[in-house]
Amino acid sequence: MSGQSTYVPKTSFGRWFDSRLPLMRFAHDTMLTFPTPRNLNFWYAFGAVLTVMLGIQIVTGIVLAMHYIPSGDGAFDSVENIMRDVNYGWLLRYMHSNGASMFFVAVYVHMFRGLYYGSYKAPREVLWILGVLIYLLMMATAFLGYTLPWGQMSFWGATVITNFFTAFDQIHKGLGTGIASWLWGGFGVSDATLNRFYSLHYLLPFIIAGVVGLHVWALHVPGNNNPLGIDVKGPQDTLPFHPYYTMKDAFYVALFLILYVGLVFYAPNLLGNPDNYIPANPIVTPTDIVPEWYLLPFYAMLRSIPQKLVGVIVLFGAILILAFIPWLDTSKVRSCRFRPMMKVFFWLFVVDCLVLGYCGAQSVDAAWNLGGISIGLVWVARIGTLYYFGFFFPLMPLLGLIETPKPLPASIATAVLAPAE
Amino acid sequence: MANETSAEPTRRDFLYIATGAVGAVGVALTAWPFIDQMNPTGSVLAAATIEADISTVQPGQQVIFTWRSHPLFVRRRTPKEIAEARAVPLSELPDPVARNANLPDDAPATDENREFKPEWLVVVGVCTHLGCTPTVLEGDYGGWLCHCHGSQYDTAGRIRKGPAPQNLAVPTYAFLTPTRLKIG
Repeated sequence: MSGQSTYVPKTSFGRWFDSRLPLMRFAHDTMLTFPTPRNLNFWYAFGAVLTVMLGIQIVTGIVLAMHYIPSGDGAFDSVENIMRDVNYGWLLRYMHSNGASMFFVAVYVHMFRGLYYGSYKAPREVLWILGVLIYLLMMATAFLGYTLPWGQMSFWGATVITNFFTAFDQIHKGLGTGIASWLWGGFGVSDATLNRFYSLHYLLPFIIAGVVGLHVWALHVPGNNNPLGIDVKGPQDTLPFHPYYTMKDAFYVALFLILYVGLVFYAPNLLGNPDNYIPANPIVTPTDIVPEWYLLPFYAMLRSIPQKLVGVIVLFGAILILAFIPWLDTSKVRSCRFRPMMKVFFWLFVVDCLVLGYCGAQSVDAAWNLGGISIGLVWVARIGTLYYFGFFFPLMPLLGLIETPKPLPASIATAVLAPAE
Repeated sequence: MANETSAEPTRRDFLYIATGAVGAVGVALTAWPFIDQMNPTGSVLAAATIEADISTVQPGQQVIFTWRSHPLFVRRRTPKEIAEARAVPLSELPDPVARNANLPDDAPATDENREFKPEWLVVVGVCTHLGCTPTVLEGDYGGWLCHCHGSQYDTAGRIRKGPAPQNLAVPTYAFLTPTRLKIG
């Protein structure tokens, strides 16, 4: 799809510069004339949304770092100082904390979209795996950032998550404790931990930006997938990226930002946990400890497993399995539009993730009362976990073999330009 | 690297392998300080011993000290709690070893192996699942309940139910006087 460059410098300086560093040519070919399938819908705008959110997180984060103090004594107070005294500090911090949430909203839509339209299939496997890597880095960054205000949830969230590694003690005595103590720089989460978390929290977004660069590069080799999931056959199937998709992306970015600032202005603590406004206390664990909403499905999986090491393996496995989807899915057809069975299981999977998220938010011993019969949510989470993994294996490979896909249109152009039925 | 017409190794082949080997060793040796700097510092390790005054603790009461940045539970058990802990057959314990730093690693998890004096139970207040602090006098076994993921411990601090794999750890400690402990 990359094709020949159509860039023609308009000025003599442009010609002089282009022959020395073809930066403008690169920008022109990738962002202006890049041929893009003409049928991309709303769900394809989230790549642009994510880029904007990453930018907002980096800019607000750099500014917050000018006022934040990474020490056990100073962290909580410095965040309160940002909230109360620093000019517009409240706005910048709420933008950053809600920005993280909105970042995850966008990434989940983006991922489910890729799953629905089969965007992970050949020749886009590397593109997909880079995406999984970005998701993993995002979760790490968000976790590290959540530790920084040094409230009760910060402290105990960090304690629980770093203690995942102590599960390795069951493989080799002392291995897990050794890793955990290395991560902490002490016998538990402490000042030393906070300092290194701050350093890494500052570093990781730039790593993410780098991997995003690779992700976009990998996208520009085969070009976009599209809702029909069929390959572009010629120029009649595409539109230049500018102005068609720059405009469309900008429109949806604006809508998304309205939602985002709505949250920042009117409900800035909606997605936060009130316990995190209590300074960290290493002696007292909050009664109900929950992670941020975007990690809840994985948390529910962890809690549903009564064995420590298995629980931790399931938790990491749930994320790692995503990287293998390109090979787990055996179907020749990409888009769920033409896969009647996959479509049903896909939507079940979406519901499953929401149910798991709900379970993760409830207390450990919560139960549903159905007509006098009490069903522990831990069992709901167990079934949810089973389906989560069952969807990827064996359902995905099996569906490709037993499902009869609907007939595919001859080309994007014929499908898009055909009169409505 | 070898010259196409010559099967003999050249001086360049030798330099290539030697430089590569020295480089690999150099990278490994340089990496170590960058890894090891994250381990606990000497001052953190040095502050690892405390003394605790337990003269005011009443039967049935638990006091919490801070030791190695973790809570340390000192519980003065009632005769009933001691009897309950001693009545449990070993076969009912998910973790059959004592986890007592003062005893050999394979000592069985009898109540007697969990303390020096029946009345005084000293354990690290860190749930062996994922490190939360369990709450005293909650759960089905009269010991502790961890609210994070539902692990339950009995009056000897032994895991009875839930995802935690081990009994609450008994640290290295000694009675300096009948009312004074040295921990660590």
